[in-house]
Amino acid sequence: MAFPMIFNKPRIVKVLKVIDESPTVRSLIFKDDLCSKAKPGQFIMVWIPGVGEIPMSVSMMKDGLAGLTVRKVGEASNALFNMKVNSMIGIRGPYGNSFNPIIGKVMIVGAGTGLAPLMPLLDILTDKSASIDMIVGGKTVEEFIFMNKIKEILSKTESKIVVTTEDGSYGIKGLVTDAILPILKEKRFDMIYTCGPELMMKKVFDMAQEFNIPIQASLERVMKCGIGICGSCCIGKYNVCKDGPVFDFQMLKEVKDEFGLFKRDHSGKRVMF
Amino acid sequence: MGIFLGAFSYPLHIYHSSALFLMNLVPNRIAYQSLFKIIFYLMRQNLLKDYLIYLESQMQEPDLSIEISGFKMGNPLMLASGILGTTIASLRKVFEAGAGAVVTKSIGYEPRAGYENPTLVEVHGGYLNAIGLSNPGIREFYNELLESKIDDLPLIVSLFGSKKSEFRYMTSLLDKLNIKAYELNLSCPHVMGFGNEVGQDPKAVRRIIESVKEETKKPVFVKLSPNVKDIVEIAKVAENSGADALTVINTIRAMSIDIETFRPILANKIGGLSGPAIKPIAVRCVYEVSKEVKIPVIGCGGIMNWQDVIEFFLAGARAVQIGTAIAYEGLSIFEKIKKGIRDYLIIKGKKSVRDIVGLSHDF
Repeated sequence: MAFPMIFNKPRIVKVLKVIDESPTVRSLIFKDDLCSKAKPGQFIMVWIPGVGEIPMSVSMMKDGLAGLTVRKVGEASNALFNMKVNSMIGIRGPYGNSFNPIIGKVMIVGAGTGLAPLMPLLDILTDKSASIDMIVGGKTVEEFIFMNKIKEILSKTESKIVVTTEDGSYGIKGLVTDAILPILKEKRFDMIYTCGPELMMKKVFDMAQEFNIPIQASLERVMKCGIGICGSCCIGKYNVCKDGPVFDFQMLKEVKDEFGLFKRDHSGKRVMF
Repeated sequence: MGIFLGAFSYPLHIYHSSALFLMNLVPNRIAYQSLFKIIFYLMRQNLLKDYLIYLESQMQEPDLSIEISGFKMGNPLMLASGILGTTIASLRKVFEAGAGAVVTKSIGYEPRAGYENPTLVEVHGGYLNAIGLSNPGIREFYNELLESKIDDLPLIVSLFGSKKSEFRYMTSLLDKLNIKAYELNLSCPHVMGFGNEVGQDPKAVRRIIESVKEETKKPVFVKLSPNVKDIVEIAKVAENSGADALTVINTIRAMSIDIETFRPILANKIGGLSGPAIKPIAVRCVYEVSKEVKIPVIGCGGIMNWQDVIEFFLAGARAVQIGTAIAYEGLSIFEKIKKGIRDYLIIKGKKSVRDIVGLSHDF
């Protein structure tokens, strides 16, 4: 008799392709059936043998292949960034809930590698032929990723792209949140999707509240188990890995005492943003 | 179809309860089945309503409440330490989902980040984990408790440490707060200098329990490890040192290796095994320990459903802790198990869950 399949154990896959997205960001493509069927916004736990295991959004799923997009910031992400074709990584998942694509006028606000989970969403939203206002922010022009792909995808539908940089090296000079306000005043949206630095998402959420627009935001916390039992990624009563990572308007309201204010480090200690 | 649905014109629980009640009265299964057919026919004709309501009123609802050394719980199901217990908000969620008590993650004297990931991996029959006692430290934890509403929460704080002075300090600090009991983690299987290493040294066990008991009047539970030469010997030491109850067992030292990369999967290489794979070991430990000590034993290890809980009770446990099952079933498991225990007690004609504790000892 066959044993039931074990889902929460790393599946070893070979890196098939490495794509340079920016000097500090790369995408890795690998073959995995389950991940290629992930829903937009879901994440996987990626094991870099001998180094560590980190949560990563699935940034691409197509024809049995899946991709992740990593910025080198810490030890594990550095090791992942430096993976070559044929390197072995372990993946488990996909985990968590996902963005809920709607038909209507949507706004997407992303910054940095926060764009990773938004890319598969973008694919689906264009199929639903919604009007899309895409607002992408960053510190400086070198940080931008996926811009050509975004333009290509959005060319298929009624859309508008706004780009902001803090140093003015690309698009409008200023914060991404400054660019949103005039757009919100001008046009009525049915949904805002956002992923990026939490302080940015917090401001976007505040504006969504002000204009009374539903919102879905993908949150990030320290993750260990990935399956909703260790409690490392808790925010309020929710576990980001299981109840999230996508939080809707109501959930964000319920965690308003934590969202954008503090997160917990590996010990569980509160750290202010 | 219409006639069939018509049969269920009373609340469903009335049928359910009365069926269970009848099962207890009739001599065998065949008699029960024929009786049920007759009843079902009468139900269809809506002739039985008053009688069923009468039966329901006659049937005594089994009592699921228990008491462990002065600590009262509405039901015997506790959340095991290490699961979800980072914040009071998440512990409250488990309580609201039906747990009789909740145990925090183990808190230590200093903050600990724990081990690098991977900290968890699934294996056949359970999970391996080596989280590494990550916790924010007693002072930060104390501050969070101060900010939280805990008066109505059946909150048990799990503590670990390497010296009695640490335990003493943590207990004296927490004792002002309205926590209901302590559980001393003398059994974490994968952290050097804490847990298991302390828990297999009878002298250390005695020193720690005695020093905690000096600082508090609240019940002190001691969580024991199966990773020792003789769990009964340590259990007796704990009892003689003043422990009010024993939690049996913690996880079992275990390992998983990836065959593609030749590497142990957990960053710490060795972790603790939990889940259904360890249940028979836990049942054996509860059986052996509860035969030899007078203080209550809280069963823990691999409980997945109500049948498992009953098994632990028959082995001698007076309450049980649930952890890994939440990874498989979610928090709805608490209500499911409570219902299963209730129905079992009705069928067996027992008034209280306390009436089945240790029944297997008679054989």
